[in-house]
Amino acid sequence: MRQDMANQPKNRPLSPSEFFGDGRSERPPVENTVARGSLADDELFVPKNSNNFPLTVDLKLLERGEERFKIFCSPCHGLQGDGNGFVVMRGMKAPPSYHQDRLRQAPNGYIYDVTTNGFGQMLGYSAQIPPRDRWAIIAYLRALQLSRNAKAADLPAELREKLNQGNSTGTKPGGEPKPETGSTKDSAGGSD
Amino acid sequence: MAQIFHRSTNFIARFSVFSAIFLIGIALVAVLAVARSPYMTRQNITREQPVQFSHKHHVGDDGIDCRYCHTGVETSAVAGIPPTKTCMNCHSVLFNNASYLEPVRESYRSDKSIQWVKVHRLADFVYFNHSIHINKGVGCSTCHGPINQMPLVFQANTLLMQWCLDCHRNPEQVLRPKDQVFNMDWKAPDNQAEIGAELGKSYNLRTTAELTSCSTCHR
Repeated sequence: MRQDMANQPKNRPLSPSEFFGDGRSERPPVENTVARGSLADDELFVPKNSNNFPLTVDLKLLERGEERFKIFCSPCHGLQGDGNGFVVMRGMKAPPSYHQDRLRQAPNGYIYDVTTNGFGQMLGYSAQIPPRDRWAIIAYLRALQLSRNAKAADLPAELREKLNQGNSTGTKPGGEPKPETGSTKDSAGGSD
Repeated sequence: MAQIFHRSTNFIARFSVFSAIFLIGIALVAVLAVARSPYMTRQNITREQPVQFSHKHHVGDDGIDCRYCHTGVETSAVAGIPPTKTCMNCHSVLFNNASYLEPVRESYRSDKSIQWVKVHRLADFVYFNHSIHINKGVGCSTCHGPINQMPLVFQANTLLMQWCLDCHRNPEQVLRPKDQVFNMDWKAPDNQAEIGAELGKSYNLRTTAELTSCSTCHR
């Protein structure tokens, strides 16, 4: 039905092929192949026990992290990291909440390792999330953790003043965070 | 000399000339109509897949973002069909003994690709690029239709060149703010023409002449 030019004898991405035994037109790279341009990612590798953060953290990185977190992590970990995403509601075993001491104190390299290689039921995300985005996600994850574990004294003076004003006029206090119990039952995180 | 033909044959001669022209015209219209019909464009025709994967369930009910599976869509020409491993992120645990998903598990065990049936097929002389459309504010549902409501995916548009050009001539009718590109339920606001024109400017969209140049899509 189609004309010849519409069906050229060439392979398109992911198109099947009868030429190779596995039926794929694309060849898997030889083991230990380093993709062009990916050498620069070497400096993004941080060992498991190190707390280094290889990028400069700014708002842009955090926003990127938020976006990527919502795409790749929130299905299981929930929008706020309580471990109650919708996949968990469908029967996946709940992952641990980020808001517990063990994960608050876990070094950045450990979280990078889990993101890359997986842990327990979670398979690795190295194929879906490029290294830079993994770090953006870690930055956002740290921000999530901080959001429930911050003291008023940590705020810059300007914001603290605003907070105090709010207190004196009797509007919403929101100053001292309530102690985190690590429970996933409170519905704060499950707005998906 | 007696006339060979009766007077009435004049009418027959005229009638057959006109009806020949008429018939050729009809045939031409019919050919063009068939070329634009779902029979040729495959618009609205659901394809059977090796696994009856439901976008309605995964996107509509579960709310998984397009990019969870189609990871290449922002950075490369092809959005990419996810490897079986992406399925297994959840289905190694969820419904892991459903017979329905056996082809997926078999593919994961044996490292043989699942042979999905391509739904949106462009001619080989079209160099379509997903990333440029995504990055200039063209939403998924603009071309793919309401994927989040499709139990099995079908082609919601004709994919005819005329359809491409409708947009390339007047891109402002579909441009969205960047944070709405992956929103499957986005509806154009009433003043879309103004907003779209403004967005086009902020995205540094090329001129209509460039957008409709042959070599933009064919090379």
